[in-house]
Amino acid sequence: MISLTSPIETPYHGLPAGQKLLVLCAFTFAIFLTSRLDAHLAAVAFVSGVHLGAGIRFTLLAARRLLPVWPFLAVVILWHIATDDLVGGTVISIRLVATIGLANLVTMTTRLDDLADVFKTLLVPFERIGIRLDGLEMAIALVLRFTPLLLQRGTMLVEAWKSRSRRHPSWRIVFPLTLLAIDDAERVSEALQARCRAEREGRSWHVS
Amino acid sequence: MYRDLAYIALFAALIAALGIIPKITLASGVPITAQSLGIMLCGTVLGARRGASAVMLFLFLVALGLPLLAGGRGGLGLFASPSAGYLIGFPVGAFIAGTVMERWKARSVVAAAFVAALVGGVFVVAAFGTAGMAITLDKSIPEALLLALPFIPGDMLKATAAAAITAFLARNRPESVLSRG
Repeated sequence: MISLTSPIETPYHGLPAGQKLLVLCAFTFAIFLTSRLDAHLAAVAFVSGVHLGAGIRFTLLAARRLLPVWPFLAVVILWHIATDDLVGGTVISIRLVATIGLANLVTMTTRLDDLADVFKTLLVPFERIGIRLDGLEMAIALVLRFTPLLLQRGTMLVEAWKSRSRRHPSWRIVFPLTLLAIDDAERVSEALQARCRAEREGRSWHVS
Repeated sequence: MYRDLAYIALFAALIAALGIIPKITLASGVPITAQSLGIMLCGTVLGARRGASAVMLFLFLVALGLPLLAGGRGGLGLFASPSAGYLIGFPVGAFIAGTVMERWKARSVVAAAFVAALVGGVFVVAAFGTAGMAITLDKSIPEALLLALPFIPGDMLKATAAAAITAFLARNRPESVLSRG
C-alpha cells in the first residue's frame, strides 16, 4: 500500500521522527496560545520557508496536499466577512494552513516504520492499564494485507451491481462486503490459532 | 485472543475499504462516504472494547500517513484540521455504540443496533466534531453546531443502515455479532 511519504528526498527525511513530532507539537501548542495577526504571519512564513528549503517541486506537492482545507477556509472567510471581522477570519485561516502544512510536512518526510516506532514507544505506558501491544504489529500487518483485498472485492461487487442494473450502486453492497470481512476474520483467526498451536507443540506449521 | 485480533484488524480494514469504494449513493442521488457507517458497525457488531480498538487501529494507520480516509486522505495534518474532532470522536462513538448493544440484550437486535448507532455513531461523534470545529475555527459551540448540522440527516440514514446490517449478520452469522455474545 502506498503511504503519503514524499518520494522527493529532502534534508528533513534524515531528521529523527521523534524530534520532528516534538517540534510539530510545540508549534501547534504555541500558535493556539495567541490570536495576534503578526505572530500568525510569522508562523506561516516559517512553515513556507521550511517547505521552500526542500525545493520547489516538494513545495508544490505539499501545496496540493492542502487542497482539502480550502472548503473550510472559504466557509471561515465568508463567515467573517458576514460578521465584519476579516482580521479574525484571516488569523484562523493562517493558523489552519500553518498547522496542517507543518503536520503534512512531518508525514511527507518521515518513513512509516520510523513514525510507527515513535508511536509504539509513546503507547508503552498504556500496557500498564491492560492494553496489549504485542498484537499491534500483527494487527497492522493484517490491515495492510486485507484493505486492498476488501477494496478489490468492493469494486467487484460494484461491477456486479452495474452489470445487473442501470441504477447507481447502492449502499446495499455493504451487506455482502461486511459478510466477506467477517468470513475472512474467521479464517484468519483459525489460521492464527493453528499456527500458535503448532509452534507450542514444537511442530513446523509449513506443509512439507 | 486471535479471534478478537482478527476481527479488530478486519473491521479496521473494512472502515478503510468503505472510504475508498466509489459511487455509493443514497436514493436521493447524494453521494456519501460510508466510512462513518463502518465506525457504527464496529460498535454494533464488535462491542465496546473491540469496536473502539478497531477504530483506534484504523486511526493509528491514518496518523502514520496511510491514505485510508475517504478521498485518499491521511497523515498528521488531519489531526490539526477542523475534522480532528470527528476523528477523536470515532473511537469514543464506537465504544458508546458497543456499550449500548452489550447492555440492551433483551431488545431486538435491529432496535438495539439502531439506538446504539444513533447514540454512539451520530450524537457522540457529532458532539466531538462540533467541539473540534469550535476549537480549530475559533467559534462558539452554537456556531460550530450550525456547521455540523448538515451531516446529521445523512448520519441518521447510516444509523438505519448499520442497524439493518447488524440484524442481517445476527440472522446469517450469529456467532459474528460479538456485542451480543
